[in-house]
Amino acid sequence: MKRRKGTSESLMTKAGGELDDRFKLAGPARVLMNKVFPDHWSFLLGEIALFSFILLLLTGTFLALFFEPSMTHVVYEGSYVPLQGVGMSAAYESTLNLSFEVRGGLVMRQMHHWSSLLFMAAILVHMLRIFFTGAFRAPRELNWVIGIVMFWIGFFNGFTGYSLPDDGLSGTGLRIAEGMTESVPFIGPWASAALFGGAFPGDSVISLFYILHVFVLPLALLALITVHVGLVFVQKHTQWPGPGRTEHNVVGFRMFPNYIMKQVGFMLLIWGVIAAMGGLFQINPVWLFGPYEASVVSSGSQPDFYVMFLDGLIRLFPAWEFRVPPYFTLPAVFWPGVVGMGLSVLLPLAYPLLERRFVKDRAHHNLLQRPRDVPGRTGLGVMVVVFWLIAVITGGNDVFAETFHISLNAMTWAGRIGIVVLPIIAYYLTYRICLGLQQHDREVLAHGLETGILMRDPEGRFYEVHQPLAEPDEHGHTELEYSGAVVPKKMNRIGALEPTDRGFFKSIEEPDPNGSGNGSRAVGGERRDEIEAGKKH
Amino acid sequence: MSAHNDDRQPDDEVDLSDPKLSRFDVYREGLRRDGIEIIHYEPRYAKPGTKVEKRMERIVASMFLGSGLFATLFVAAYIFWPWEYEGAATWRDPQTWYTPILGITLGLSLLLIALAVLTWAKKLLPVEELVQDRHDGGSAKDDRRVAESTVDTVVDDMGLKRRPFLVKAALLGAAPLGLAAIAPLGGLIKDPADMLTVTGWNAEKHNNGEPVRVMLKDGALVRPDMVATGGQITVFPAIEGGASNEHALAPVLLIRLRAQDAEALRANLYPMYQDAEAMWGDFVAYSKICTHVGCPASLYEQQSQRLLCPCHQSQFNVIDNAAPIFGPATRHLPMLPLGVDEEGVFYAKSDFLVPPGPAFWNRPSLPEEDEQ
Repeated sequence: MKRRKGTSESLMTKAGGELDDRFKLAGPARVLMNKVFPDHWSFLLGEIALFSFILLLLTGTFLALFFEPSMTHVVYEGSYVPLQGVGMSAAYESTLNLSFEVRGGLVMRQMHHWSSLLFMAAILVHMLRIFFTGAFRAPRELNWVIGIVMFWIGFFNGFTGYSLPDDGLSGTGLRIAEGMTESVPFIGPWASAALFGGAFPGDSVISLFYILHVFVLPLALLALITVHVGLVFVQKHTQWPGPGRTEHNVVGFRMFPNYIMKQVGFMLLIWGVIAAMGGLFQINPVWLFGPYEASVVSSGSQPDFYVMFLDGLIRLFPAWEFRVPPYFTLPAVFWPGVVGMGLSVLLPLAYPLLERRFVKDRAHHNLLQRPRDVPGRTGLGVMVVVFWLIAVITGGNDVFAETFHISLNAMTWAGRIGIVVLPIIAYYLTYRICLGLQQHDREVLAHGLETGILMRDPEGRFYEVHQPLAEPDEHGHTELEYSGAVVPKKMNRIGALEPTDRGFFKSIEEPDPNGSGNGSRAVGGERRDEIEAGKKH
Repeated sequence: MSAHNDDRQPDDEVDLSDPKLSRFDVYREGLRRDGIEIIHYEPRYAKPGTKVEKRMERIVASMFLGSGLFATLFVAAYIFWPWEYEGAATWRDPQTWYTPILGITLGLSLLLIALAVLTWAKKLLPVEELVQDRHDGGSAKDDRRVAESTVDTVVDDMGLKRRPFLVKAALLGAAPLGLAAIAPLGGLIKDPADMLTVTGWNAEKHNNGEPVRVMLKDGALVRPDMVATGGQITVFPAIEGGASNEHALAPVLLIRLRAQDAEALRANLYPMYQDAEAMWGDFVAYSKICTHVGCPASLYEQQSQRLLCPCHQSQFNVIDNAAPIFGPATRHLPMLPLGVDEEGVFYAKSDFLVPPGPAFWNRPSLPEEDEQ
């Protein structure tokens, strides 16, 4: 069939008209398509979590077709020889079957696990970005709170997920969860009996975790993600300070086609990476662990990375049990396990309010802060990161001890002392570094940037030539005010020096022989013209 | 006026029926109505159809096609590649490569289509920079006033202020309904009863009052000659399902100490274990469930006589009642009073004297345990 030119366009107009007649879309569609988004790589960290979540839903649905959330006792008769004839739960058997008997099941299982790790990691990094740039400040406190809540829902969604296979490793995790639950004063044993349907491990916890893992928690996440992204949309994204950027505008590109194409491309990129990881990198090889038995464990039992800080805290906490014989016991694990987890939920939730109270800043902020400009907050953040890292490393201290031939007890003591001392040192160092960076910014604004050109004056003194950023006064000083934006520190940042080479495999641009530009980093053809113009002289 | 926001001045509006307007003029009017101004907007390539542009189009097109190729390969591999696991396969066997091939083909297909879309966006779309008004900080005054009066009218219509009794009655009525909505969760609640204090070694509960014998995981009854000096085995109560997870507090580590170690332990024995004559010869049986949070404390080091729990590295001294000597555990591993019956089989003289496993707030203890 021959297609005439113009048909498709008129067809689209017609379809659009029909839709608009029914749904009155013309106005909202235009607003949506024209919406301006600010651009920065760090604004895409949250999207990694979003896209991993979508993939989690897709792969998870596949897994649910084959997984059997039941602790019915069966004897394995599948094709994995070492476990043949071994008694196990139906949940573990169906996980083995997913890996060995279902076509493509293993790659799906591994993709699911990798995307869950990426999901949690992306949330953490995204959260750091929000924290260190002050993006949680008014009017966005609620979105920060939603984000923290989503991290914890993701945490429990992950924990319930990796507990489902009922293998040796996940059963050990459940056992620790049991010990933590029972440590809660007064309600502990009751809570544990409710969780496990009686004595640990019982035969109901897998089906309870299953409904939480595949329905309740993902539904909550989905609802919160909708609100989270919706709020970003309604409140408009924050932006970095820079030329033309104010608290009252958004500088960037349009939602359609620019933003949406980059988003779709980024989503597919992340999915591609996860798919490759799912095929190439083994994760959670449950067949090696065997079914869960209360009497079996091995060293090197680590939870997924986002749970490790909790395990590390439990390892580090001293053997302090509070006892009033014979009536009352407060087990040691209560402090790091229950109080520690509670604080790591509550403190981040409260942080925006605390900062508001202490800094007495009630204004709305749409421009981001550079971490160096808020040394107190940045120091606090690094402090928490160091604390968390020590806890995570301690969560694997048996592996470190074995790999590097360090005494395990020494690792524990290093962790105990380090987790108290190092965060304080980290705070101090961060604070000083921030001040130093601030000072250097002011210096460049006042004296210009370092050119790297050394001169010797007639008296024999050496000095470095500085390039002022504006017309200097008679003392060679420039009175430029710091605006919170990046201060150029290298000549090529102000366009004075072009990058000497461009191109991935081979040079696509000759270096500028004059070594001087026009002071602006224009894009595309414009610059090429100017370089050529320079050559003609 | 009420139909318009403060920020939209109707008199500025371009007459869209003006035939002289180009498509772009109309488009820009749309942007203006959304508070958007174009700072910079120009095609990526000054002249359309140049060699560079064509080259970029070809690159993007080939990435799309390559993506399709790898997707096809994925589907073909999924269907035709031998995948069935047949026991130990080496790297020469094709089924070893099934999962990696699926991952690589699907991954490359997704990566290529991603790069195609991204390259399209970054190398072919116009260069643009726009600025949009943010309108931060709440609605216009008028909108707020109208909304307030709307809410007030609704509140007034319902008479929420005039009818306080009605409001209270509604709250009083709804609160129990809320409770009723979550009450069925009570179905999950179970009395923990003796689940944390009584184990499979309890003769009255699990063996009709007959002493519970000691067995291996496979059900074989344990006799003293089955453990070499300095050796240790994991044993279970010889009852129905005794080695299964049904009795997750029951697993016990049976250790045959060297003579001098046994002597040391006998000298250290807590009074409660002395009274119960908990050791049998050089044999001692400790609960395997760590008193910290319940992992099996199963790594036995013969030389230093330590038991180590691999989960949180609590360490217990075997020749001192398995008292904790390092790590977060605070209580010793309870000892199972051991005996050997007339048939030469180990049996438990009683259940553990104090509950094994992780602590809980009302965990019963014996005075000498509290003195530790």
